[in-house]
Amino acid sequence: MTAVPANAGWRFRQPSVIPGFGLTLGLSLAYLTLIILIPLSGLAWRSASLGWPQFWALVTDPRTVNALKISFGTALAAAAVNVVFGTVVAWVLVRYRFPGRRIVDAMVDLPFALPTAVAGIALTTLYAPNGWIGALLGPLGIKVAYTPLGIVIALVFIGLPFVVRTVQPVMEEIDREVEEAAATLGASRFQTITRVLFPGLAPAIVTGFALAFARGVGEYGSVIFIAGNLPNVSEIAPLLIIIRLEEYNYPAATAIAAVMLIISFAMLLVINMLQSWSRKRYG
Amino acid sequence: MADPVVFAAEAAPSAGAGITESRPARWVLMAIAMVFLGVFLFLPLVLVFMEAFKRGIGFYISTLGERDTLSAIRLTLLVAAISVPLNLVFGVAMAWAIAKYEFKGKAFLTTLVDLPFSVSPVISGLVYVLLFGAQSVLGPWLKSHGIEILFAVPGIVLATIFVTFPFVARELIPLMQEQGTKDEEAAISLGASGWQTFWYVTLPNVKWGLLYGVLLCNARAMGEFGAVSVVSGHIRGQTNTMPLHVEILYNDYNASGAFAVASLLAGLALVTLALKTLLEMRYGAEIAATRGH
Repeated sequence: MTAVPANAGWRFRQPSVIPGFGLTLGLSLAYLTLIILIPLSGLAWRSASLGWPQFWALVTDPRTVNALKISFGTALAAAAVNVVFGTVVAWVLVRYRFPGRRIVDAMVDLPFALPTAVAGIALTTLYAPNGWIGALLGPLGIKVAYTPLGIVIALVFIGLPFVVRTVQPVMEEIDREVEEAAATLGASRFQTITRVLFPGLAPAIVTGFALAFARGVGEYGSVIFIAGNLPNVSEIAPLLIIIRLEEYNYPAATAIAAVMLIISFAMLLVINMLQSWSRKRYG
Repeated sequence: MADPVVFAAEAAPSAGAGITESRPARWVLMAIAMVFLGVFLFLPLVLVFMEAFKRGIGFYISTLGERDTLSAIRLTLLVAAISVPLNLVFGVAMAWAIAKYEFKGKAFLTTLVDLPFSVSPVISGLVYVLLFGAQSVLGPWLKSHGIEILFAVPGIVLATIFVTFPFVARELIPLMQEQGTKDEEAAISLGASGWQTFWYVTLPNVKWGLLYGVLLCNARAMGEFGAVSVVSGHIRGQTNTMPLHVEILYNDYNASGAFAVASLLAGLALVTLALKTLLEMRYGAEIAATRGH
């Protein structure tokens, strides 16, 4: 792997005195190939071997289309909620000093650390008609558990740290002098925030949105308990994959997985482009 | 830690007039943030422990002492004990290759390392079913040789490795890139071998970042649900990990039992968060590159 002709104009790697390149790169590539690349290309190969007509028939099956719509729709809604509240949380944690701030800050990572199944049963119990929150919302005619709204709640929980942890470090780096200058020049606080601070934060907010969204689309554990899993109404795409697998309908499971991966990667690509555009525009 | 603690909703000390929000605006923002976090993070956590002890400490202990629960705990520990060290060793190798050298295709390799984070856990499990299942190319061969991967421990370990693959490498790569190669070059020029350089120079420089990555990797390995659920086959007492056991108890209308097992996992999450915060406070500068995920 390191055998590159010394006189070649094209170099595979820059020279370095540090040993171990062949060993570490070789180990990395072997591990990556075994654990990630072979299994994933197996999925690609299996869906390609379905042939286009069969693939198309499988992914345009109404139940599949609805499951994909529900997964992407609820993930979008939850990411939007997290952008608003996550940015407020990050602002409060960065700018205000209050007792217990460190603990609150640490708690933000709870959804990263808490197993999704635990989050799932806790949220379901909380929002069930006789739960602490469900009992309050019931008289208002709002049903959360066992509806698509429940899926959104679970995905808000899962996605929150992605937005806060992406926006927070950028907020910490904001130079206070910029705000002082804006204030000196007669800008109101509202103008300073929307015209001066927000453009600088926008790329981080978009990234946080993308991460929360991507995680939400594929989320399974926290959702299945609260969703009710009614086909065409509150059945998410990952669950439909599992249902098809249990029916030994491997072609359908493969096709749904392939579509999910393609759409997720395409959206991440678009969001990456948006982000680099906004970075260029606002510096 | 250096921040002076002022009573609720005060602006940071350096703030002067015109560069902070008005007092009512500050209170409103604080209230929104606290109510949101209270409802979405604090309540579910409190609920787990309250439900776990709802039927008394006796029931709690007897649930945890059940044979199936104990076997789920054992399996979870076994899976973590295999997958975390593997991801640790290969994560360090990957970080070394990516951070210490310049080579063609490095950016692509870095993207590949992150790939499992953008794949649904269910799909992470599915790919192994497609690879090793009875209908696959390998399936019949494995069966004729009596090798069990799916619905057995190897499948669970593989799925867990896939899902927790990026944690260690991802924490180390930015940190090792930031530290550059000067220290290693000095050690080599003074006659140290490659291994000596790694053990005595590189490793001490990144040890806290490494611990941080292992901590997150372990939390995810013990808590993984979707991927493991696809490959495990849910055989009670044999291929049930703790999160899967929580699901089974919950679906059996044994909510208190489910929450009892869940409380152990929630406890693990709290310990992870506490250690993580401690690492960030003590060694913030040494794992700085890892802040902000």
